[in-house]
Amino acid sequence: MDEHIIELVHLTKKYGAFTAVDDLNLTIQKGEIFGLLGPNGAGKSTTILMMLGLTEPTSGIAKVCGINSTTNPIEVKRRVGYLPEDVGFYDQRTGFENLMFTAGLNGIPKEKAAEQATLLLEKVGLMDSFHKKTGKYSRGMRQRLGLADVLIKNPEVIILDEPTSGIDPKGVREFLNLIVELSRGQGLTVLFASHNLHQVQEVCDRVGIFVNGKLLGQGNIKTLSQQLFKDRPYVLYVDIQRPVANGKTESVSLDEVSRLLQPVETISSISIQDHLFCIESSSDVTSQVATLIVQSGFTMLSLNKKEYGLDEIYYQYFEGGTNHE
Amino acid sequence: MNNNITSTTALIDETTQGERRRSAYWFGNAEGIHHPFWVIVSKEISDQLRSWRFIILVSIILLTCIGSMYTAVTNIGHSVKASDVSTTFFFLKLFTVSDGTMPSFFVFISFLGPLLGISLGFDAINSEYNRGTLSRVLAQPIHRDYLLNAKFVAALTVISVLFFALGFLVIGLGLITIGIPPTAEEFWRMIAFLILSIFYVAFWLNLSILFSVRFKQPATAALAGIAVWLFLTVFYPLIVNLIMKSLAPAQMAMASPKQLFDLEELRLTLMRILPNQLFSDATTTLLMPTVRSLGPLTMEQVYGTIPGPLPLGQSILLVWPQVTGLIAATIVCFVLSYVSFMKKEIRSR
Repeated sequence: MDEHIIELVHLTKKYGAFTAVDDLNLTIQKGEIFGLLGPNGAGKSTTILMMLGLTEPTSGIAKVCGINSTTNPIEVKRRVGYLPEDVGFYDQRTGFENLMFTAGLNGIPKEKAAEQATLLLEKVGLMDSFHKKTGKYSRGMRQRLGLADVLIKNPEVIILDEPTSGIDPKGVREFLNLIVELSRGQGLTVLFASHNLHQVQEVCDRVGIFVNGKLLGQGNIKTLSQQLFKDRPYVLYVDIQRPVANGKTESVSLDEVSRLLQPVETISSISIQDHLFCIESSSDVTSQVATLIVQSGFTMLSLNKKEYGLDEIYYQYFEGGTNHE
Repeated sequence: MNNNITSTTALIDETTQGERRRSAYWFGNAEGIHHPFWVIVSKEISDQLRSWRFIILVSIILLTCIGSMYTAVTNIGHSVKASDVSTTFFFLKLFTVSDGTMPSFFVFISFLGPLLGISLGFDAINSEYNRGTLSRVLAQPIHRDYLLNAKFVAALTVISVLFFALGFLVIGLGLITIGIPPTAEEFWRMIAFLILSIFYVAFWLNLSILFSVRFKQPATAALAGIAVWLFLTVFYPLIVNLIMKSLAPAQMAMASPKQLFDLEELRLTLMRILPNQLFSDATTTLLMPTVRSLGPLTMEQVYGTIPGPLPLGQSILLVWPQVTGLIAATIVCFVLSYVSFMKKEIRSR
């Protein structure tokens, strides 16, 4: 499964003095669900447009399925389904007619297209609105029709740009489940661009954090936090107690703990937070600390290593980053 | 080695099949597949035909046609004198005769044509953008210019069908009421007139498509189109008149013939920037074979001419500059909208 289906090499897009996408390098494997996570105005949509050949990069190469998107966009667009943010349809036509139009543009014979459109409408749960004009569709229905519209050309890759904005939570859940189901079932590669952390975390195999045109890190959540927080101290939260009679315990002072842990050189500070000792260190000292405490005869009620989740990543970079909208 | 050869032949076979498939593909209908371009065209045509705007426009045009036909038929008897040389072109009078209360058919076309063109094109691109369909359609495997070209071809098809239908209706109605069939030359003159009208409307169509690419709001584009139309039909002739008045000598009687001739030439040159002037010049010549020149003629030029109608070839030769100018203006508008559309960055709304 080591096939690079999307390859971006030194991709840069400038609008005058403003750099929307800055030297982006990214590869996406076949069959994975990749989340492109970034605040509004980070350059996610611009990147997607360059992948589809709808806009020309200032420099660098975008390759999809091994085809250069800038020089040969037609072949790329034959293989890629793109669901734009807030997708629109021809209001005077039914969902079915809209799908047939897209099928026609992709050169699918009429009979086969009709069969497939019916199948897809059923899959996305729009069979009841088969003959309803899309002008009367709700936002969530339009988005689901958009997914059917993307799938009718039988793509290898689907690119979704903020597909869940404006849908209610239940609709979002259904939509995400549908995407996961499709990706797993048909081996589709999915690029999911969103600013919504939790949705990305829920469905994506790998995530790329994209802020101000730069990719700050990529990988699954664990490697991502290692990548982003490698300069940060390791933090341990330990609950240390002194055993007294009858299995009861009493608290230990900060001085005693400091003295106890003195042999561990990498520890930079020890403090008390909410009755827990917070130990900061430049390397992972979990086992050393645990051994020392147990050897000293204290009781260790709990030991927690602080993990940086997406939430921390989010607040660290998104809130700090400037929003362009 | 053997393997290699078979694979090469297989490759050749595949490519020739591919070529064959593609050529069949463009003309469509091989196994129910149409070329994407014609898919867009047929969708656009059906969109136009289903829209209220088109129904309203067609009813306006039909009403005015019936009106002008009525006046033409009731007045055709008075306009023909036994001594008149143009009686040979009796049938063409259907398009040009008027009693002064109601304009004739070709005046109506020159007046309503721009309206038709503008209203068929003003929301071509910007409405796609506003509906959010533009980025979706362009994400399909089609060239970007297909969309613009298809919109133009679709609107032009609708206009052509409409004009030919109208023209033939007028001819048919004329046949029934006056009972004289048109001669071959009259027929070709009428066809030439219809084709010219289509070019004229195509100019306005392209102008409004240009505005639809430039302006994001359809209302702005429509207003811009109507503003240009009003300027060209109402204000520009006024401005030309003002200029001519300031240039005219204080006492007309004192002016030399050369001076008067030059002034008239200048006035005509200024007026011929207008597409409607080009159109009315050209149609007048086509529908009235007796018209021999569109500019001033000196006595020397007229001296010795036998009063009589021009043959069709000569009439067409006379209006060739006008026709070329009209087509050139159409192409300029199209190129401008083409370039600005191809350079546009397509974002979702």
